[in-house]
Amino acid sequence: MKLPKLRMTLHQKQKYKGVWFILPWFAGFLFLFFTPLVNSLRYSFSKLELNETGFSMQFVGWANYRNALFVNEHYVRGLTESLLNMVINVPLIVIFSLFAAVLLNQKFKGRALSRAIFFLPVILASGVIASIESGDYMQGVIKGASQQASGESAMFQSLELAKLLYNSGVNHHIVQYLVGAVERIYQIVTSSGVQILIFVAGLQSISGSLYEASKIEGATAYESFWKITFPMISPLILTNVIYSIIDNLLGSQTTKQIQETAFKAFQFGLSASMAWIYFAAISLLLWVVAMLISRKVFYYD
Amino acid sequence: MKTSTESAKRSFVDYLWERMSKGSFWATKLKSWLWIFVRTVLISGISFIILYPILIKVVIAFKDPIDLYDATVVWIPKHFTLDNFKLVSDALHFPKILLNTALLSGTVMFLQTLCCVLAGYGFSRIKFRGSGLLFGCVIFTILVPPQTIMIPTYLQYKNFDVLGIVSLFTTQPLNLINTYWPFLISSALGMGLKTGLFVYIFRQFFRGIPKEMEEAALVDGSGTFGTFVKIILPNAMPSVVTVMLFSFVWQWNDSYFTNLILNDAKVMSSMMSTAAAQILFYLTPPGGSFKPDPLYLSMIQNTAVLMAITPLIVMYLFVQRHFVESMERSGLVG
Repeated sequence: MKLPKLRMTLHQKQKYKGVWFILPWFAGFLFLFFTPLVNSLRYSFSKLELNETGFSMQFVGWANYRNALFVNEHYVRGLTESLLNMVINVPLIVIFSLFAAVLLNQKFKGRALSRAIFFLPVILASGVIASIESGDYMQGVIKGASQQASGESAMFQSLELAKLLYNSGVNHHIVQYLVGAVERIYQIVTSSGVQILIFVAGLQSISGSLYEASKIEGATAYESFWKITFPMISPLILTNVIYSIIDNLLGSQTTKQIQETAFKAFQFGLSASMAWIYFAAISLLLWVVAMLISRKVFYYD
Repeated sequence: MKTSTESAKRSFVDYLWERMSKGSFWATKLKSWLWIFVRTVLISGISFIILYPILIKVVIAFKDPIDLYDATVVWIPKHFTLDNFKLVSDALHFPKILLNTALLSGTVMFLQTLCCVLAGYGFSRIKFRGSGLLFGCVIFTILVPPQTIMIPTYLQYKNFDVLGIVSLFTTQPLNLINTYWPFLISSALGMGLKTGLFVYIFRQFFRGIPKEMEEAALVDGSGTFGTFVKIILPNAMPSVVTVMLFSFVWQWNDSYFTNLILNDAKVMSSMMSTAAAQILFYLTPPGGSFKPDPLYLSMIQNTAVLMAITPLIVMYLFVQRHFVESMERSGLVG
């Protein structure tokens, strides 16, 4: 007897063929992501010790978490500091990158060159180079010399700005925020490379006919930005906010501490529990942000 | 004939005159000129901020030690020299490290791009119960900070064993720490640095490619993989280039995984973090104690950083045109 052949339409076949393409990734996901994730959760509840044959594990319950949250003197402070830094930086990064993308999307001479320069941080501002950057001797010397030449220090300049803003009656906190932003301009510019890239790509995909129509109707450039560009690009604002949050936290103090706890102090269980608290904090934050923003996001189709 | 052109010319001049005599014409002109001015200032200012650290490094790297103590030398050195480069090259075994890093980053780049392009294509085409959940897993890998799975990953590579197969042949599991295998394995299986992002980019891109194209190829007798290689991949070149660049650069600069897995300073990023100590060691005469000038040491270190990023910049110069101009089609946008 012949078995009835399983008949599928072309589309159905296509749907399942895709599975073959995913297989390598899926194997990686299972062995290199999911297994370590489960293990990490197990480690965070146990006392882990390395020995000659590998490692031994002892279940200790919530002790590691209690240790991280209530005993360790640096962890909670470091975590709040990293989160606070992130909350301060991310809006600035997203606003700056949107602004830069709008600039770079216009037609002017030397656009290709300025684009190339603006995307340079994608290449340079990651990892170890950025960490060497700060606190370098020689660069400090040159900076000092240049400032002497111009007769004023950077500190003085931002004080001027602060005074100007205070006098015009701006709220104290906003002034502090803006002055801080000016002082961290390098950090902000260098960490918004990928975001600018995403925004420029998004701006280019907005069809020009929308702008033409609004121009004929008499809209100014300002109006067409807020009525066309901003809604059209709002899904990408969500993407960029989430990307900036993740990217910002990667180099934070807490990640360093987690790594040091594991490989300098050899407290693997404690480090794992720290990482899980950290992950929980991030996911909570991401969830709140995504909720807040996605309400306002406009989807064209 | 001649008179008609003349009259046309005159009417045009009149028209121009009429327009120019109105205030609103000048107002709009002024506004646009002002905007161009502001834009130019902004763009050049920000470009300067970005280029400043590189410029400063170039300036420092070409300086002679004599110039360090010369107060009149701030930017442009009086004595140009290549000694710093030579010193770094010798002290850090630079050519060997460059080769190592380029090979590692290149291999990782190819494996990672291959795996991600396959996965991205798969994700854009599958549609069955739970496929959304599967893609959710990709997003999940982006969201989980690598530190969370750091320790188990380390232990996994320290005692490497896949379902007990390795233990069958050798008495104990393999220790892959301090080899290049972890990088290759993780990138080939799509779990390297920020791989989730690459899968996401490819999936968004392939969703934009019409299915009719594949169907036409299929009707003409091409198999699934044949269609993929001949039809889909050539179309995906912009996003492939973007992902390749990202993958190469991030591997090159990554200090997290390299410090985790490689103990010796065999590649660029781990070399950079120990550069100061190594240079100090190189400069110290054997048996003696040596206290070098911190300024001099800093100069050498700046040279080392410059030498580490130069290959990236050179590569970027070649790729950037392709990368910058074609990114609207590169799938970064859904």
